[in-house]
Amino acid sequence: MDVEILARIQFAFTVAFHYIYPPLSIGLGVILVIMEGIWLKTKNPLYHDMAKFWTKIFALTFAIGVATGIVMEFEFGTNWATYSRYVGDIFGSALAAEGIFAFFLESGFLAVLLFGWNKVGPKMHFFSTLMVCLGAHFSAVWIIVANSWQQTPAGFHIVYDKVGDAMTARAEVTDFWAMVFNPSSVDRLSHTVMGAWLAGSFLVISVSAYYLLKKKHVEFGKASIKVALTVALIASVMQAITGHDSADGVAKNQPAKLAALEGHYSTGPADMYLFGWVNDKDGTVSGVKIPGMLSWLLYYDTKAEVKGLDAYAREDRPPVNMTFQFYHLMVGCGVLIFAISALGVFMWWRGTLFTHRGMLWVMMFSVLLPQIANQAGWFAAEVGRQPWIVYNLLRTSDALSKVVKAHEVLSSLILFTFIYALLFAVFIYLLDHKIRSGPGLNGENGAEPLAHNPRA
Amino acid sequence: MTEFFTQTLGLNLNIVWFLLVGILFTGYAVLDGFDLGVGIMHLFTKSDEERRLMLNSIGPVWDGNEVWLVTGGGALFAAFPNVYATVFSGFYLAFMLLLASLIFRAVAIEFRSKQPQGWWRKAWDLGFSAGSFVSALLIGVALGNIAWGIPLTTIDGHIEFAGTFLGLLHPYALMLGVTTVALFAMHGCIYAMMKTEGPLHEKLRGWINNTVILFIVCYAISTLLTLVYVPSMTEKLRETPWFIVVAILNMLAIANIPREIYHKRDFNAFLSSCAAMITLMALFGIGMFPNLVLSNPDAVHSLTIYNAASSQKTLGIMLVIALIGVPCVLVYTACIYYIFRGKVKLDSHSY
Repeated sequence: MDVEILARIQFAFTVAFHYIYPPLSIGLGVILVIMEGIWLKTKNPLYHDMAKFWTKIFALTFAIGVATGIVMEFEFGTNWATYSRYVGDIFGSALAAEGIFAFFLESGFLAVLLFGWNKVGPKMHFFSTLMVCLGAHFSAVWIIVANSWQQTPAGFHIVYDKVGDAMTARAEVTDFWAMVFNPSSVDRLSHTVMGAWLAGSFLVISVSAYYLLKKKHVEFGKASIKVALTVALIASVMQAITGHDSADGVAKNQPAKLAALEGHYSTGPADMYLFGWVNDKDGTVSGVKIPGMLSWLLYYDTKAEVKGLDAYAREDRPPVNMTFQFYHLMVGCGVLIFAISALGVFMWWRGTLFTHRGMLWVMMFSVLLPQIANQAGWFAAEVGRQPWIVYNLLRTSDALSKVVKAHEVLSSLILFTFIYALLFAVFIYLLDHKIRSGPGLNGENGAEPLAHNPRA
Repeated sequence: MTEFFTQTLGLNLNIVWFLLVGILFTGYAVLDGFDLGVGIMHLFTKSDEERRLMLNSIGPVWDGNEVWLVTGGGALFAAFPNVYATVFSGFYLAFMLLLASLIFRAVAIEFRSKQPQGWWRKAWDLGFSAGSFVSALLIGVALGNIAWGIPLTTIDGHIEFAGTFLGLLHPYALMLGVTTVALFAMHGCIYAMMKTEGPLHEKLRGWINNTVILFIVCYAISTLLTLVYVPSMTEKLRETPWFIVVAILNMLAIANIPREIYHKRDFNAFLSSCAAMITLMALFGIGMFPNLVLSNPDAVHSLTIYNAASSQKTLGIMLVIALIGVPCVLVYTACIYYIFRGKVKLDSHSY
């Protein structure tokens, strides 16, 4: 295999693995703020137990998020040196801003959140939780600004330098705010953050459903599931809106990607597939479709013209079937997520949720849905960006490190596969262990039993 | 704001960013230096309680300290993208090993306490210590290579690395690697002693003299090698004798460490150790300026603060970001250290 494909696999693998964790931290952060806020207001010790227990789960996801995030920060330079030189002005600024504005805030107050229960007052502790949650969101802002600029570059110009007899080109900032608020930043940010809230809330829903099924920590489970279901329902409704806005933006700014998302080959009215399989050779899709639906969703007219893949030379098209499948997988999971959230809230309102074993079983496994949707959504967005690393400006194949050899990329890929497999196994083992041990119930027993404390 | 730096202080943006990136990496060395040092010393402690005390001495702060590296990397990417691209792709395998070590270090701290079994804790103790040791060694080797110079060449208008991984492991670089391990071990030992009490405190106090002696021997050899083989690093001291003051302060700071230890002023000893590291980094910066990476043998391919920099506009924007962000960072870093001041006590929230 050549350097390009290996470097792409390595990046995809390391970023996909990393992306399991930050959404959990962001989503759990919101839930922690709500739980601790309720505790501060009502002084109900149950909410104190909840905040403490979910903080432990948060700590676990945060640790792996940080450890795997450093890899990402360095990987642009190690594997994509030409890209780094080309976008250093812009991409580098966003990464540096992320460090200064987000990571310091997050990691600093995390110390108080984890170790400060007995060192600071409840208000200061709550403030720290709020800052950690805010920091997690700030980091999402800056990294998504950087990614969105790759997708829809704005606020820059290309500068050519003559070095010896070679020409070099690179993007330089001309308008900082235009770069930050490039055409896809806001849509992508809102869609991603809602995805993160879903990841966090469904983890809480799943674990709480498990407790309710096992009839362990029942009050804890009920109170937790109520908080999480509320967040999940809000986020899943928002997800439909932000998803629609994102698709509008893609239609306007990245029409080739949009055509690939729905396997739309010939320019004209566009259909929407519920599922299907793309045959890229002859440009057809076999599957179940709603005729004219994509045209209607974008322009409220089933006959409206949507640019097809036939408008692009083959070398300028993304891999169509892959983009199509990831996109439909995301949408499918999104629909299920909304259905489970809405049904869950309905049953909670009717008072049947906590005893309906079927629904609790579904909820227990539903933790996977936002994870799959988040991964598939990113894959659709990034595979659909191909063959460009910076849309319409720099091709992925031209962005590599010139001095890095295939065997070096392969050996580091093997190294990371090994390390991440180990990390994942340990993560699942510890998560399982924490969940089985359950919360140390101050509220019920009056004292924290040591046997329930995994940190002891 | 930019005018203040350029006109009042007579600095251009490139120099300002040379200083800022230097400050970030110095912050990393001073802060994460003691975390890595505690990691290097970790296996010398024997009982589980002692090891927990070692871990918890850095427990609330190691994560924030590592952010200095992440932000330093980001700042390097933004301000000097050519250095970021050339060095990171050139030192490919070395950086991958560094990343793997930092990952092991981080997750070992987090995972060790989660299970009580002996084998589990011993395995993560090893991960923590080996991760810290290898990280320190590689950071030193990288600095050694940057000072010594690495083979660079120009391909398609870009300066690229032209050497090999094994070529980076020459004696001078390895000596700087060992010196860095010794420096961090000393720094970490002083920090851990400052944060502990009772038998572990006394044990660490006994080890400090050994770490100080080891560091001074390494430091003397490294300095000798630098004077003989890397004369470019001391050229500025000849040209501008005022810089000698930094070198003298550095030696005084190092010499002050055993004195403060003898008088049992642990915090002063730690401050001296910090001062020693800051002045060492300053000497390194003075020696390198205005180069960021020396090309050896062909100096025309060197990366400097001018040929490796972003546009003036970006450097200006980044300066505003830094001027807003860095004071905030310093304020809440100080708050966190204040909240977690005093000796480590194990409680139910500890690692």
